[in-house]
Amino acid sequence: MSAYHLRIAQLYPEQMNIYGDRGNILALQQRCAWRNITTTLLPIGPGTHVDWLEIDLAFFGGGQDSGQALIAADFRERQAVGLRKAAESGMVLLSICGGYQLLGDYFLTHTGEKLPGVGLLDVYTIGSNRRMIGNIVIESALPDCPGKLVGFENHSGATYLGAGVQPLGRVLSGYGNNGEDGSEGAVWRNVFGCYMHGSLLPKNPHFADYLLTLALRRRYGSAVVLEPLDDTLELQAQRTMVERVL
Amino acid sequence: MSLRTRLAVGAGKTVQWTTRRLGFGGGTNLPGRIARRLAPALLQEQSRRLSDGVVLVSGTNGKTTTSRMLATILDQAGAQVLHNRAGANLITGLTATALDVGLWGQPRYTHALFEVDEAHLPAAIMETQPRVVLLLNLFRDQLDRYGEVDTIAAKWRTALATLPPRTTVVLNADDPAIASLGENLQAQVLYYGLDDRRHGNDALRHAADSIFCYRCGTPYVYDPAFYGHIGIYRCPACGYARPQPDISLRQLALDGVRGSTLRTIFSQRDGQLALEVDLPLPGLYNAMNATAASAAAYALGINLRTIRAALEQFSAAFGRIERFTLAEHPTLMALVKNPIGASETVRMLTSGAPEPLDLLIAINDRIADGTDVSWLWDADWEALREHARSVVVSGTRAADMAVRLKYAGLDPAMLRIVPELAQALDACADQTPATAALTILPTYTAMLELRALLVERGILKPFWES
Repeated sequence: MSAYHLRIAQLYPEQMNIYGDRGNILALQQRCAWRNITTTLLPIGPGTHVDWLEIDLAFFGGGQDSGQALIAADFRERQAVGLRKAAESGMVLLSICGGYQLLGDYFLTHTGEKLPGVGLLDVYTIGSNRRMIGNIVIESALPDCPGKLVGFENHSGATYLGAGVQPLGRVLSGYGNNGEDGSEGAVWRNVFGCYMHGSLLPKNPHFADYLLTLALRRRYGSAVVLEPLDDTLELQAQRTMVERVL
Repeated sequence: MSLRTRLAVGAGKTVQWTTRRLGFGGGTNLPGRIARRLAPALLQEQSRRLSDGVVLVSGTNGKTTTSRMLATILDQAGAQVLHNRAGANLITGLTATALDVGLWGQPRYTHALFEVDEAHLPAAIMETQPRVVLLLNLFRDQLDRYGEVDTIAAKWRTALATLPPRTTVVLNADDPAIASLGENLQAQVLYYGLDDRRHGNDALRHAADSIFCYRCGTPYVYDPAFYGHIGIYRCPACGYARPQPDISLRQLALDGVRGSTLRTIFSQRDGQLALEVDLPLPGLYNAMNATAASAAAYALGINLRTIRAALEQFSAAFGRIERFTLAEHPTLMALVKNPIGASETVRMLTSGAPEPLDLLIAINDRIADGTDVSWLWDADWEALREHARSVVVSGTRAADMAVRLKYAGLDPAMLRIVPELAQALDACADQTPATAALTILPTYTAMLELRALLVERGILKPFWES
């Protein structure tokens, strides 16, 4: 029996839940359950008070533009300070699409409006009229989590990385951050941002386990090693896409 | 009709006849494209020639089934209805269908009934100047193709604002994205909705799209939600609330996969009328489709006895729900194409105390299906955990579906991945116990491929003959 427990937070599940990103939460929960690691899921809606130092792993998905507009101010004003403190102490945070953009410095819309982000990731996003849609395959740039990641991207914002972040990976097929520089996603400490829906974690079980390992080691020490699982189906789904697009 | 339009009709008909003769299928879009190139006003001119006008039906889920129900009602009423039955619901498909209004003299048809793709509704409204517009619901569907629900609702709002008072807009009161379209229109508005609160189900909210007040952004309070963002809602901040339905489904009794019984109240200025129907189609969403069709028929002045007679003998549109016998297995095939539809189909299959399910789930990611299969994660497959006995997954994204079911808690040992549909049909017929029922859940193009295979095997008829 494992004595491990993880507290997983989901930011604005009712507003930021588009494109099947719920699959990431299911993947984290199930991959813990199959190893007898217990989890608690804390949905964080507008107005919620959160003790971020209690949280081990947070997820922030994308939403409709209207949903994003409804939560942006609440996120900046209520959660940004606590979230930054937790991230500085190694909390794991996975953000996708709209969530990724809100973690950056700002989003410049194509009408010229500058929407501020929280500046947790040193990235900025410029809205465009070009929609970057399709299957995406990247080669991970994470030294401790090498290999390919597959997903589906659907964004018109083009994100550019500053000096304070590393890309999550190099695009092998698809657009990535901006369709220009071949990078996809951004990483700072244990904070990850990217454009990969799909859902991302079920089809990339090594990345899911990497996030869980980071969260467990922060809480329980560097000796934690996850039990391996039978990932035959997951890897078959991943391989199907890699073989199709490469 | 102008000479130009006559020439275009002739050219379109020739292409239609040729493509069908050469076996290219229903010939549903190309003739329309060619005819529109030759005479851009063709659909407009043909629509104007119909004595009883045009009816448009749109929405994410149920438009094919609902427009078929409405066609059946109009047939029953003795109307001559031109209908894009093969589901050619883009503006080119509507134009191809309108070729059949003919060239000379009095048209053979009294009404045209068009099921319309969500993205093409504004153009269809402009060109056909409809008598009735029926709008069912807006859910996330093929985000890669259509964009977000809000974007479509905004375009619809603009198009509906152009309609004159002689048009009736029939709206689903239970979908806030649809109901709010009824505000500030010149056209008459009729609302329909479900008022049987026993069907509340708050478990499906994670895939909901329009749960924030369209006026002030506050989350709606539901009492109750039926599925997704469909339900009886009000805004606690500004007081905006679901409109009172003019056509109210007051009592709904679901009877598993067999069908359901509906008692609907029609409120009029001088009193109320009641309609009782034994609907031979299963599931809450088909009851809603029947209510929508009844509301539109009522707007067209058809009496309730005719509506009842038509609905009680209705059989569903091709592929949406079909029953046939495959290698001695009584088989039910139901289309799945987006999270809400799939969740509702799973709920229909698993409600009550059904026999163990043997399933074939076929997921394609071609353009007509949506190339993004992320939606599989928004649908609730979890109920299958308690009810599935065997599952064959097939299609271009078979492995994705297998992963989804594994994370829904199904034992991976009961999942077989067979990407080729022909082999998958054989595999599930083989592994299903003799004479036990089989359930097939395909996406749109997988359904077309499966149908083609079943036609080849003599089990089904080609769709444009149905």
